[in-house]
Amino acid sequence: MGKKLKGSQIIIESLKKEGVEVIFGYPGGSVIPFFDSLYGDKAIKFYLPRHEQGAVHMADGYARSTGKVGVCVATSGPGATNLTTGIATAYMDSIPLVAITGQVKTSLIGNDAFQEADVIGVTRSISKHNYLVKDIKDLAQTIKEAFYLASTGRPGPVVIDLPVDVQMQEAEFEYPEKVNLRSYKPTLFGHPGQIKKALKFIYKAKKPVVIAGGGIITSRANKEATEFAKKINAPVTATLMGLGGFPARDQLYLGMPGMHGTVYANMAITEADLLISIGCRFDDRITGKVKGFAPEAKIIHIDIDPTSISKNIKVDVPIVGDAKNVLGQLTQEIDKKNLPQISSWHKKIKAWKSKYPLTYNKGKKDRIMPQYIIEEICRQTKGKAIIATEVGQNQMWAAQFYKFNQPHHFLSSGGLGTMGYGFPAAIGAKVANPKKEVVVIAGDGSFQMNIQELATLTTYGIAVKVIILNNNCLGMVRQWQEIFYQRRYSATPLKNPDFVKVAQGYGVKGLRVKKKSSVKKAIKEILESKESVVADFWIEEEENVFPMVPAGEAINRMIGGMA
Amino acid sequence: MRHTIQALVENKFGVLARVASLFSARGYNISSLAVGETQDPAISCMTILVNAEDERILEQIKKQLYKLIDVIKVIDFTRREYIDRELMLIKVIKDNNKKDLKKLEANKSVRTIEERKNYKIIEICADQEEIEGIFKILNKFEIKELVRTGKIAMAK
Repeated sequence: MGKKLKGSQIIIESLKKEGVEVIFGYPGGSVIPFFDSLYGDKAIKFYLPRHEQGAVHMADGYARSTGKVGVCVATSGPGATNLTTGIATAYMDSIPLVAITGQVKTSLIGNDAFQEADVIGVTRSISKHNYLVKDIKDLAQTIKEAFYLASTGRPGPVVIDLPVDVQMQEAEFEYPEKVNLRSYKPTLFGHPGQIKKALKFIYKAKKPVVIAGGGIITSRANKEATEFAKKINAPVTATLMGLGGFPARDQLYLGMPGMHGTVYANMAITEADLLISIGCRFDDRITGKVKGFAPEAKIIHIDIDPTSISKNIKVDVPIVGDAKNVLGQLTQEIDKKNLPQISSWHKKIKAWKSKYPLTYNKGKKDRIMPQYIIEEICRQTKGKAIIATEVGQNQMWAAQFYKFNQPHHFLSSGGLGTMGYGFPAAIGAKVANPKKEVVVIAGDGSFQMNIQELATLTTYGIAVKVIILNNNCLGMVRQWQEIFYQRRYSATPLKNPDFVKVAQGYGVKGLRVKKKSSVKKAIKEILESKESVVADFWIEEEENVFPMVPAGEAINRMIGGMA
Repeated sequence: MRHTIQALVENKFGVLARVASLFSARGYNISSLAVGETQDPAISCMTILVNAEDERILEQIKKQLYKLIDVIKVIDFTRREYIDRELMLIKVIKDNNKKDLKKLEANKSVRTIEERKNYKIIEICADQEEIEGIFKILNKFEIKELVRTGKIAMAK
């Protein structure tokens, strides 16, 4: 028999059993017992943000940069609802999180009690699973299951809703060794028959393309993906979520596909006779008009989540399994002498690459082009920094112009597109990787969505470098308005605060860069600083993200970049 | 097209809500739903009638259902031999349409289970096709109340 512990202590002991070292959270009436048990605990480091949304994005950044489960805590009602954007963000991008929310007393549930919200109802469709723990005897088992579900199969956020009285009751504590969920058994290895079928297609393909999705990062399959692509000599395009899953420096690399992808990636997909998609769910930002997507290609789709297969795109060879295992199986089975000669395909791709390179207008003398800032950061960090982005133009420029050679280094809200994600996510990533350079590429709009977390930097002495690409507007929407809405800039111009003063007000170093000639030096200073820096770069205001595929168009119908 | 699928689920708090909200969140249409315990009290069985425009959507519905952590098994009856039953109760005014009522009651799936001065309560237990057939001719009657259970099914 285990010893008797209070519910709040059971949580903390269970978290330790799960190897949790860091929690991000915000107190409130329904989690006071939990915070009381956490008080003075040496094994778990606790970080207090200034908003619950900060906590959940920090836990997410922690998870994305390490692959470990991120943990966040909030109180009932508004605390919990403030987590929801972050939970949905993690859900869309398959990020392992455990979110613990306080709940009103069991006897008050359903009575519209003070700070009560139906958290189970609210988070049902934005979490992988959720639990309301009404009986303290179920608590340890629930936490065990939550971590198991969050981190296995297709990972995702799991919510544990915990009434305050359950936190105060006592029970014998014994952490379960095993989880046995009869209804949850992810398929980890590819079916041998499907592997054989895939091989047949691979041996026939004269124009293969590999799409490396976020699944490669999740299953830590970057080595296997590289080996596989090299063995079959196929060009590789990495989705936004898959950046770093295949080294950008490699000759086979095509950059990102889709709406703001490279011309050559989109052309290659359009002409390909075989598409091998690994852990990519064919989001509409990648496919564009479905009918025009890879019209010539047979499709092999490797994914751990069966629902991702044939959801948006009809697939010829579905392989359900963990990317790492399936790629291992494939690479092992491939007999190189059965592979056709495809040098004409590579020649064609090379021609596209030189004809339509990813570029921007470099001629403007005194204007700072945002792409130039990213290139310079990439150069000075040697492509080794962890880059967190906000959402919009800043995100796309970072994805296009920073060259990622390793996984877990690009943190961005891909699926949900959450503005306000990047800055707190960077804080979480820095907590997990104190020795690494962590840079946020932000927009002036997005940064203000969680700007209060500057206080978290100061409180804990966390060094994160915030690069604001300041164009005094919500740039991506403005770009759409410019191109599709006759420049009617409705609700997109921003009257911004003085970011340098705001930073200073929070005790963070702030600086401003207005001239192109100062960019290099400024970035050097920012990167050399041992403390956090908020750098306000005044960029060319009407610069657009190109190439661009208009929504609903086929991906080879690009604006910009095809001159 | 309408398809009959069945989900064996953990008999736990909130599972019905998970299934229902999956359907509404993904824009799938349920035309009927029947839920009950199985011989194992830890497992409930949901028989769901869904409208799916094509095979791909039906596949998605099944996969999405199975993805729910509390769903143990999903059975699609589309290409299987099965029997099904639905129960309908109607309260009809006796005086009107005596002849039609008599005809209806002659059907072996129809049973009068309660008789009062003015009205009768009639139970109709039949497969879906028959129920639909009877449902259509009911507009002849003066009906006070009508309730249906939704279909349950079992593979042969």
